Amino acid sequence: MNRVEAYDKVTGRAKYAYEYGVGEVAYAHLVQSTIARGRIRSIDPGQALAMPGVIAVLSSDDPPELGSLDDAELALLQSRAIAYRGQIVAVVVAETPEIARAAERAVRVEYDAEPHDVLLRPDHPGLYPPEKVNPGLPTDTERGDVAGGLADAAVTVDATYTTPTQHNNPMEPHAALAVWADGGLTLYDSSQGVSAERATAAKVLGLPPERVRVISRHVGGGFGSKGTIRPHAVAAALAARATGRPVKIAVTRQQMFEVTGYRTPTIQRLRLGADADGRLTAIAHDVVEQTSTIVEFAEQTATPTRVMYATPALRTTHRLLRLDLPTPSWMRAPGECPGMYALESAMDELAVAAGIDPIELRVMNEPLTEPESGLPFSSRNLVACLREGARRFGWERRDPEPGIRLDGRWLVGTGVASSTYPARRMASRATATAEDGGFIVRIAAADIGTGARTALTRIAAQTLGTSTERVRVEIGDSALPQASLAGGSMGTASWGSAVVKACEAMLKNGAVGSADTTEDVEADSGFARHAFGAQFAEVRVDIDTGELRVPRLLGVFAAGRIIDDSLARSQFIGGMTMGMGMALMEETVVDEEFGDFLNHDLAQYHVAACADVLDIDAVWIEEEDPYLNPMGSKGIGEIGIVGTAAAIANAVYHATGRRIRDLPITPDKLVS
Amino acid sequence: MAEITVRVNGTEHSLIVDTRLSLLDLLRERLGLTGSKKGCDHGQCGACTVLIDGRRSNACLALAVTCDGLDVTTVEGLGDGDGGLHPLQAAFIEHDAFQCGYCTPGQLCSAAGMLTEPGPSAVTEDLMEDPPLTPAEIRERMSGNLCRCGAYVNIVTAIEGVRR
Repeated sequence: MNRVEAYDKVTGRAKYAYEYGVGEVAYAHLVQSTIARGRIRSIDPGQALAMPGVIAVLSSDDPPELGSLDDAELALLQSRAIAYRGQIVAVVVAETPEIARAAERAVRVEYDAEPHDVLLRPDHPGLYPPEKVNPGLPTDTERGDVAGGLADAAVTVDATYTTPTQHNNPMEPHAALAVWADGGLTLYDSSQGVSAERATAAKVLGLPPERVRVISRHVGGGFGSKGTIRPHAVAAALAARATGRPVKIAVTRQQMFEVTGYRTPTIQRLRLGADADGRLTAIAHDVVEQTSTIVEFAEQTATPTRVMYATPALRTTHRLLRLDLPTPSWMRAPGECPGMYALESAMDELAVAAGIDPIELRVMNEPLTEPESGLPFSSRNLVACLREGARRFGWERRDPEPGIRLDGRWLVGTGVASSTYPARRMASRATATAEDGGFIVRIAAADIGTGARTALTRIAAQTLGTSTERVRVEIGDSALPQASLAGGSMGTASWGSAVVKACEAMLKNGAVGSADTTEDVEADSGFARHAFGAQFAEVRVDIDTGELRVPRLLGVFAAGRIIDDSLARSQFIGGMTMGMGMALMEETVVDEEFGDFLNHDLAQYHVAACADVLDIDAVWIEEEDPYLNPMGSKGIGEIGIVGTAAAIANAVYHATGRRIRDLPITPDKLVS
Repeated sequence: MAEITVRVNGTEHSLIVDTRLSLLDLLRERLGLTGSKKGCDHGQCGACTVLIDGRRSNACLALAVTCDGLDVTTVEGLGDGDGGLHPLQAAFIEHDAFQCGYCTPGQLCSAAGMLTEPGPSAVTEDLMEDPPLTPAEIRERMSGNLCRCGAYVNIVTAIEGVRR
């Protein structure tokens, strides 16, 4: 079957948040701080208010009433303190977007600036261990004698890898329309989870949740940045409340860099020890990363190392630094994505140091149980992925010697890396009803491009024993049964569990079935559940210019039962494409002088374009896993980006003999 | 303020517009044609690509006042007018050439314009030749349209099918 909303998307009929217009819409625009640290001395909206068509200027001169100030990123216009450059200091409301934008520039804000600190460094005195790392995992773990394991090793690797600040940059900028009626609020927002957004919006605005409705039928990508309500939606609600008008707001591409989250930069020290045969004796993975001064977000960067390889001694640590920068947040595979770049690069270095094929090194260190927890795996087919990938990629013909294959001007090399991502699920509710000669399934899920509507239609049809044409799935509205968000690769597993249960209840009860999977999810224990994969890359590096091309990328994944082949391939390839961008070009540069993100647009923050993507393919192996959920599926939204950058970096080493440990691998690093 | 007449998808519209108004905002906010998307508003992403007098253009970079008397085709006007799809639209569905769908209208208009553009590109070996639209030519010519979901592989396949 094609995507359920395919026709709407290719004809322009699919409506995204900003595209709803209700009655007399007014337009809001954000005014942002121009200092990175200090206090607002004064705000003068006079010139802006004098402009024809300007309706209001909201600011901390008259702080709007809020129900909760707990989340400082959402407690808009409450404080005079400035925590980062680009923080929202006022909201302008006008009759047209053009007027709002001009008025934004006319609002005069004076500051008392203080010196700012925006540079992450491993020797900073402010580094501290957070209580937990996202999403509630232990900050540090230690098992066995790491120092002893390293000291006794025949081969060791001690290397530091860095990843830069990266921005999600979904194609649809964050946008919202807020409409108040009868004391209640309807928010059309671009959201990865309307149920959670309703709860947060209600709390922030001081409303009972039942007075808030969040609608998000189509979402133009999110990659984590729309996983929580963002300040623009609160701004729209406050502006609409203050003016008595429905208010639309669009975050500009430039503003997105400051107010919609980003991936923290990381500094990761990896120490591996192995005996002469290549069997690991110790792993230490120590991470330094950042958060803002107002909200703590601690990325779980070292956590995949707790999952991957058998070793008698294993340590993982996270240290956080509070900087005068915006709060980092989720970006596709937080933790696994940067963490596996470092671990899988280090494994490649270990293979080189030990003179062992990198696939054989990984196979040799395959664990029987999850290394940190000791739990049995519900299923683990990393080795099968490595073997299948090696066969398809032609790995057996590879000469491990680096820097010797010259094809014209191009040095050619290949590399491999493992992928992993947790297979979790969260509680959700759903209903299934027989209506109009077919079936309607209702669940407040989100389709951010994953194909959730289509996957859930398939799951429902299969459970009901009917054709997909007879099933309609309604999602993207908080008025529907409460559901978990599209994030953590948990969507299909979480929503599918509720959909299957609701459909089964309907078959049993007759016309209506409803389900709540809270108890089912609570019973999920006793196993380590993860998807695994292997990624293979071929690179070509120009010997003079350092130009780097990736003619081939292959991913082989083991992710339980694949619900829809076409959607799955698109998800895997999409993740790998973003992973290639991470390897080669994605980097947000912090301006130390002004304390902001320097390259805050798509002309300067480069993402992979069509010409960058040559031959990318993804396949998967059959995997039966009875310990997951009724579908037997593992999430696939994130694993595609995990390991790609390491596979490419390892291929660059193989091509050139140069080990680049600081992403992205730009030409200057290869010619210097 | 200025008065303009612009033909959009075959229908003429006479409007008084703010001289700061972009063609993109004219389409989206004034005419309710929200198929054309705003991804960056700076001509950097291609989501707003429309055909102006048959040539692909970034609607965010065209001020509405400069479009007086011009003929604009948006994604809403690509099909046959009776709900039937343009071959590119059908091919995008068949090859799953999109995920979130936000870049899709721009990709489609860009591809429609590209198929009519003669001449060599940066990847053409012989600059005197009018090259066949190989995958390499398609990739080069479609690189003004970013897709963050990473559907490029399928986009190229879809366009290749229509080219044939």
